[in-house]
Amino acid sequence: MAMVMTGEVQLPASREVVYAKLNDAEVLKACIPGCEELNKISDTELQAVAVTKIGPVKARFKGKVHLTDLNPPNGYKISGEGDGGVAGFAKGGATVALTEKDGGTLLTYNVEAQIGGKLAQLGQRLVNGAAKKIADDFFKNFAAVVGKT
Amino acid sequence: MSATGIGAAVRRKEDFRFITGKGQYTDDVIRPGETRAVFVRSPHARAKIKRIDTSAAKSMPGVVAVLTGAELAGDKIGNLICGWMIHSKDGTPMKMAPHPALASGTVNHEGEAVAVVIAETMAQALDAAEKVNVDYEPLPAVTDAAKAKSGPQIHDIAPKNTIYEWSLGDAKAVDAAFGSAKHVTKLDIVNNRLVPNAIEPRAALAEYDAGTDQLTLWNTSQNPHVARLVISAFIGMAPEHKLRVIAPDVGGGFGSKIFIYPEEVICLWAARKVRRPVKWTADRSESFVTDAHGRDHVTRAELALDANGKFLAMRVKTIANLGAYMSTFSSSVPTYLYATLLSGQYDIPQIYCEVDAVYTNTVPVDAYRGAGRPEATFVVERLVEVVARQMGIDPADLRRRNFVKSFPHQTPVIMAYDVGDYDASLKKALELADVKGFNKRRREAARHGKLRGLGYSTYIEACGIAPSQAVGSLGCGVGLWESAEVRVNPTGSVEVLTGTHAHGQGHETTFAQLVSERLGIPFENVSIVHGDTDKVQFGMGTYGSRSGAVGMSAIVKALDKIEAKAKKVAAHMLEAAEGDIVFKDGKFTVAGTDKSAAWGDVALNAYIAHKFAGQELEPGLKETSFYDPTNFTFPAGCHICEVEIDRDTGKTDVVNWTAIDDFGTVVNPMIVEGQVHGGVAQGIGQALLEGAVYDKEGQLVTGSLMDYCMPHAHDLPSFNVGLTETKAPSNPLGIKGCGEAGAIAAPAAVINAITDAIGTEELVMPATAQTVWAALKRAQPRQAA
Repeated sequence: MAMVMTGEVQLPASREVVYAKLNDAEVLKACIPGCEELNKISDTELQAVAVTKIGPVKARFKGKVHLTDLNPPNGYKISGEGDGGVAGFAKGGATVALTEKDGGTLLTYNVEAQIGGKLAQLGQRLVNGAAKKIADDFFKNFAAVVGKT
Repeated sequence: MSATGIGAAVRRKEDFRFITGKGQYTDDVIRPGETRAVFVRSPHARAKIKRIDTSAAKSMPGVVAVLTGAELAGDKIGNLICGWMIHSKDGTPMKMAPHPALASGTVNHEGEAVAVVIAETMAQALDAAEKVNVDYEPLPAVTDAAKAKSGPQIHDIAPKNTIYEWSLGDAKAVDAAFGSAKHVTKLDIVNNRLVPNAIEPRAALAEYDAGTDQLTLWNTSQNPHVARLVISAFIGMAPEHKLRVIAPDVGGGFGSKIFIYPEEVICLWAARKVRRPVKWTADRSESFVTDAHGRDHVTRAELALDANGKFLAMRVKTIANLGAYMSTFSSSVPTYLYATLLSGQYDIPQIYCEVDAVYTNTVPVDAYRGAGRPEATFVVERLVEVVARQMGIDPADLRRRNFVKSFPHQTPVIMAYDVGDYDASLKKALELADVKGFNKRRREAARHGKLRGLGYSTYIEACGIAPSQAVGSLGCGVGLWESAEVRVNPTGSVEVLTGTHAHGQGHETTFAQLVSERLGIPFENVSIVHGDTDKVQFGMGTYGSRSGAVGMSAIVKALDKIEAKAKKVAAHMLEAAEGDIVFKDGKFTVAGTDKSAAWGDVALNAYIAHKFAGQELEPGLKETSFYDPTNFTFPAGCHICEVEIDRDTGKTDVVNWTAIDDFGTVVNPMIVEGQVHGGVAQGIGQALLEGAVYDKEGQLVTGSLMDYCMPHAHDLPSFNVGLTETKAPSNPLGIKGCGEAGAIAAPAAVINAITDAIGTEELVMPATAQTVWAALKRAQPRQAA
């Protein structure tokens, strides 16, 4: 089942700082809701485990995350594939763009994702709502981390 | 007619236990030491299985075993099969791909089982299933019937994903008739894919007795003997006499519980392996992606007429989506259960039909309430309605002009209609629906900004499935007779063992009505036994509206033998000649005298055997019959649907429904009316609400009751139902069958009504508010005359 999501968030830091944080595994781990593990394999490849609950389905997703189209400090593309076992799978990516705005940085994101299996059976409305919440939580956390520096 | 005999609206015996929670369904059966099975299923529509790692799952608490397709193959458990052979036009047999009960090497639809976890409790099995690590390599998938031939090849055996390219009828004669026609109408039709959604999900409980080497399976089955035969003879699980299949109370089937599924095979196999009973019960999500779906046809249909609106010929080309594997009877549904009904109620001299059956990466498709006949009726009745509009002929009149009026009538598509009166049901329906007053109602609706439409469906179906020789000549792997055993006890009460199976139809009531009337004994003194291969010798189960026409006929034949034997006993008791004994109202009388013996006394004497020499007349009173019908039965009727549509939103309300059906003899009018209500509700569901949708990756996006809309009470009007009657000559009771009529008739009536209102024929099912709204944007609504 295909899913698209777009959004933007204003961050109180320069693009350089934001970009660095976006490449920092420790920061990402702290910000991704339900993230249990996030290990850097290389500068552009990470291994992740995250627990997600959507409606009645709780799944532990294991998968690889790739960073591509690196264009500091303007943005990058983050993509990955997660295997949620009996819950199904998720794969997709987000294009992240950073622009200067009001003395800080405006981060805009475009997510395109596909999910399959039991998760997809839950239905578009439930999954879209949950995905939006995960994205909102991530950027709320991320804004807090960026704001501390 | 007695108060409980044939024709009486007797309340259903079985309802007491159902509505007081005393029903005993498969999941209610609890065996000592039973374990629970949870299946690990593919989230992908098509993928290569690179590796399955069960080690972590095996070490989880409570886990008894974790099994995969490799072990299944290692134990030489056979594949699931399709039991109806269809040959292509070129004579080649259908391309049946291997279907192992646990995937081996590749998965071909979302929801296909790849492993099973057996654990002490359901929770432990679920937890351990999460630890089964399956490494998939996703592959491109195809889900759409029309795109299947150009999609990635799913099975090695089937190039272009084509299972068969079949045809019926005389193509040349049809071409010639089209060539000389004054009018030709073409219509593109999609018959939407449906998910059966029986209230009780499928379940299986298997037990192995090492002492006797006996396997027992409790299963949600519509035909336990066929399940036993297939699991034994084809899958090779156990010899037939070492396998007992019990189908206890079953909560709805609609066809979806005819088939032999992977889960019961795996439970049996696992139970013997782990030496513990193994139970599996589907959750609703599993039902959506494993119960065989229904319909899914893409069709182009053409009808040729002369200048007077007389039908000359019909040409139909259908692509039928059979899903990822061939389910048990899937091959027969779009062929011999479909194309043979394309003549409808009409005298059509020539018909030619081509059907291409294709594999896709979707749940297998098989029979669902009506099975092929709803698809045929939708083609015929949509075509006829469209033709009438194009030629400016009243749709009822066009039908009347073309009805079959003399019987027997040989159609060009195998079926020979034996009896019917299509004018009678149309006439009665026109009156009951107040068609004369429709224009007034349409004008009235227009004043409130609403559009009104009226749609007909004069359907026919072939039921009473079926004469064994006939279906055998068409490729069916089994005979479709039915058996009955009547056991009279020494006290005169009666047990009837039937090879049919009830899963909502009320056989415990209707079959008892027959026995009560025939033997003149109280209805309460009759019990009906079914659904256990250890009790019933053999039977073919329930589907195709066959239980009354075939199953009750077998009981009639057994009762004939009971009466003959009882007369012999009575003759000895009354010291009269056997030929002088008359049996009436539960009493045996010597003709022309007042000497008589009551039913109970004769039953007792049959067992104590004091009045006759046991060497001359065998003691006991028990008879068996196997009944094979001489023809299909042909229930037919006229349904009229009236809709009102909100112009601004496209929301369609069915405001009036008239159903006049000819079911032949009606045993219990209350039950028959209930069957019509249920069938029409399902048909309206298909027309307005239901539709299984796959995205292009092969994910079922209507995978729950949130996204797959079943009809609710508020979606339906109060139905006006009535009956006409011509008795079926092919069985002793004159029964035709009523179980599928509503689902067969309804979709065409609804879509004919909506298209009548909105003024365009381009409308796909389900006609949701959005679909109708979009169609309205393209159309010019019809005005009241």
